[in-house]
Amino acid sequence: MEIHEDVPCPFCGTICDDIICKVEGDEVVSTQNACRIGNAKFVHAEGAERYKKPMIRKSGELVEVSMDEAVEEAAKMLVESKRPLMYGWSSVDCDAQSVGVELAEESFAVIDNTATVCHGPSLLAVHDVGYPVCTLGEVKNRADVVIYWGCNPLHAHPRHFSRHVFSRGFFRERGRSDRTVIVVDPRESDTSKLADVHVQVEFDKDYELLDAIRTALRGKKILYEQVAGVPRETIEATVELLKKAQFGILFFGMGITHSRGKNRNIDAGIRTIQDLNAHAKFTLIPMRGHYNVNGFNQVCTWETGYPFCVDFADGSAKYNPGETGSNDLLQNKETDGMFVIGADPGAHFPQKALEVMAEIPVVTIEPHRTPTTELSDVIIPPAFVGIETEGTAYRMDGIPIKMKKLVETDLLSDKEILVRILTRVRELKASK
Amino acid sequence: MEYIIKNGNVYDPLNKIDGEKVDISIKDGKIVDSVSADAKEIDASGQIVMPGGIDPHTHIAGAKVNVGRLIRPEDSKKDTEFSKPDSGKRAGTGFSVPSTFMTGYRYAQMGYTTAMEAAMPPLLARHTHEEFHATPILDHAAFTLLGNNWFIMQYLKEGDIDKAATYASWIIKATKGYAIKIVNPGGTEAWGWGGNVHGIDDPTPYFDITGGEIIRGLAEVNEMLRLPHSIHLHCNDLGHPGNYETTLASLDLPKGIKVDPVTGSRKTSVHATHIQYHSYGGTNWRDFVSEAPTIADYVNKNDHITIDIGQVTLDETTTMTADGPMEYDIHTLNGLKWANCDIELETGSGIVPFIYSPKAPVPSVQWAIGLELFLLVDDASKVCMTTDSPNGGPFTRYPRVFSWLMSNKAREDMLENKVHKWAEKRTSLATIDREYSFYDIAQISRSSPAVVLGLSDTKGHLGVGADADIAIHNFNIDNQDPSADYGAIESSFQRSSYVFKDGKIVVQDGEVTIPNHHGRTFWVDSLYNAELEKQVVSEVENVFKQYYSVNFENYPVQDEYVLKPAPINGIKEAGK
Repeated sequence: MEIHEDVPCPFCGTICDDIICKVEGDEVVSTQNACRIGNAKFVHAEGAERYKKPMIRKSGELVEVSMDEAVEEAAKMLVESKRPLMYGWSSVDCDAQSVGVELAEESFAVIDNTATVCHGPSLLAVHDVGYPVCTLGEVKNRADVVIYWGCNPLHAHPRHFSRHVFSRGFFRERGRSDRTVIVVDPRESDTSKLADVHVQVEFDKDYELLDAIRTALRGKKILYEQVAGVPRETIEATVELLKKAQFGILFFGMGITHSRGKNRNIDAGIRTIQDLNAHAKFTLIPMRGHYNVNGFNQVCTWETGYPFCVDFADGSAKYNPGETGSNDLLQNKETDGMFVIGADPGAHFPQKALEVMAEIPVVTIEPHRTPTTELSDVIIPPAFVGIETEGTAYRMDGIPIKMKKLVETDLLSDKEILVRILTRVRELKASK
Repeated sequence: MEYIIKNGNVYDPLNKIDGEKVDISIKDGKIVDSVSADAKEIDASGQIVMPGGIDPHTHIAGAKVNVGRLIRPEDSKKDTEFSKPDSGKRAGTGFSVPSTFMTGYRYAQMGYTTAMEAAMPPLLARHTHEEFHATPILDHAAFTLLGNNWFIMQYLKEGDIDKAATYASWIIKATKGYAIKIVNPGGTEAWGWGGNVHGIDDPTPYFDITGGEIIRGLAEVNEMLRLPHSIHLHCNDLGHPGNYETTLASLDLPKGIKVDPVTGSRKTSVHATHIQYHSYGGTNWRDFVSEAPTIADYVNKNDHITIDIGQVTLDETTTMTADGPMEYDIHTLNGLKWANCDIELETGSGIVPFIYSPKAPVPSVQWAIGLELFLLVDDASKVCMTTDSPNGGPFTRYPRVFSWLMSNKAREDMLENKVHKWAEKRTSLATIDREYSFYDIAQISRSSPAVVLGLSDTKGHLGVGADADIAIHNFNIDNQDPSADYGAIESSFQRSSYVFKDGKIVVQDGEVTIPNHHGRTFWVDSLYNAELEKQVVSEVENVFKQYYSVNFENYPVQDEYVLKPAPINGIKEAGK
């Protein structure tokens, strides 16, 4: 039995790096400090069916094949497709993502990550108005006002609250009681139950509420008795509270990025934070889901100049979300071959996209049986980053963390698989 | 592979070669005495030969650079590179903040072979090194940001300079950094609360230490550690009218500190970076005037200082700095999009696009101030060429800046036809007729940065034993007059006819030939005092447990993040 300390958790964008893992043989058998989701990822909770061998669908049935055969099929799909789409990338490490960008370039493919269905609207808003952020330690040490808008960290990022809000910070010696927590959410949630103020915005009316907040912030009168179901007095009182903050922070999630208005909501949210800085120090952090969804946006940006939806069709990086996003390509029936890695579009994409996925060849790099693998023609199982292999991941606040290897495995890493496919793609292209 | 470069007009200031025809022999990546008869001959007749360019202050790798790319897709559309899969050449985009591969290509095309990332936050150091991985050709290093670091401020406030030195040597090692970078000392910490400090005597909240105390303290620490580079100082009050007084006071603080670096031949105790932004007179933007002559006079009279300029190139660009409050000020001034990142216990940063329009009065004055500084400092060994890329303009404009420096006619053309009349009225530029020679250009872009960075043993010259980093530019000094034909200066420096990196031809006829050559990472490996380091590290660990959001164990940059490490030895156990 071995004990590993200070292990970073490869589940959500919080990447808690204080996990203690107990290892027996090639299994993590128990953890300390991890949340239930993180623990489940480390110990492979029952219910998940893990693949250990590459498979190809032959006459409708998945058949185990050699790695070489699976790599050959994957490479062929990329070379033979006229408009390949390479999607996912959020549960793999940055080195794999980097090889992925190179593979996309070599295959004249479109490369896109899960941001396209989560914080993609935030990225578009960032292009429009900017990105005033801070690291999570700043929140712990300084924040006296904490806003959660359209997110429920108690369920999605279970240790976020205890690590950064309940905990005592340098200038917040009493922890939670030194902070005012505001939750904006149409629902009552476990997070809203912990809030000092729960602003119950009407569903799909986030933009209207933000607009009213900015109106009050700029010293103008709100013309309506209530906006988005929130009384004028509540809005004005909340704005006064925000203006008096010493250090405020806005965390936001899918509840606002994908409600009506999408990127326009986030535009308004970021502008609100910028406006607030005339009165009080205020920053924001998007609550990123997959542990390395941010990593892909980082790698893709430094290598191509764009964070996602990058189209290499003509050998250069082109960017036009709305045309070069995964769902655009699928739902417009533009793509004729899909490569999936580190994500599960089968579970998360709309029906119309899945119908197209069912029609075209799909190659999937995936450790588990998932709705995506049910639609896949080639499945190659990789080692788990952060458990069976090392790699870098970027936390939601942009801090890069080195993920650890805890146990041995015969499986190839995502990066090794991608390098093999890239090599084969080059050979196939050269022989053409 | 052996090469011999023949018949070129060589400019090698460290070896006092001023345009003479000298053969340069190359073997195994180094410049050697002689080569065998098999050596490939490069005929450089009618061309100039210089050491590879060295950029001592640029922003090319790391978190804020990437946010610069992220917030500006419109900038990416202004310059695009296609991939050439058979050659290993990668695609890329970006004018003011190019993507990583393109950054390497563009620098190399201009004959530059070394570039220093000027601002690395310790907590995000891995990010900088990851981007270095993807930045080909260039040798590089990153300066560790320490001017608003809680440990440094605390130790200096307590008067415990030994602990400050111990922490500094440890954190530079832990981040694989190269130098002590100071940015708006005290000001960025104040920005944690939305504030700033003004001048060098304004204490920062809670830590109650002034910018002046931080500058003096870190300058002493720097020489206790005998680092290759001096402190790299971005003064307080950047970009404020009337800030020249703060600048003069700051520059005087490190005066008199004994300088004796372990490696290199540096004799100065402070490098004042992008000094153009710190040479402003007046009290507001209406009565804004140049104080460049005053600053240049100070530099001329003092030998403890080197400067780089931060020349404004009059482009639409992206400003980025660890001076968080300054970027917020720019955002409120120009109304363009604003990014910011405050980094726990260490530093901060901000990013805002900026349009330096030649038609506008203030940018025109800024343009002229930069050139005044270049031209009024007599000794080019005190001056380094920078635009503080991309702040004053992208590094790809260096060739244009060279043409302004070498040709009075080029400047007259700008003053008469392009820029706002304030450039003439509010500065002395129109009265200066000095023209740089190629020797001067080789100093500001090669030898001066090599010496001040402490890399002059192997960089910035063409003597035997130097790295074979060489640029050949197509300009014939026998029949071309740089003063008259300034357009030819720009085009010859934009696209080198040959560039050697480590003895390999990485650029030919302006095109990159070895796109995946990987440069080295310089970093400083020093140990001030082993026993004290143990104590300081345990104090740091305690603070980590309570106030950082990552665990101490996961903080230092692991060795595998540096692909081709080139550690420079600092002191060993000097503090005993």
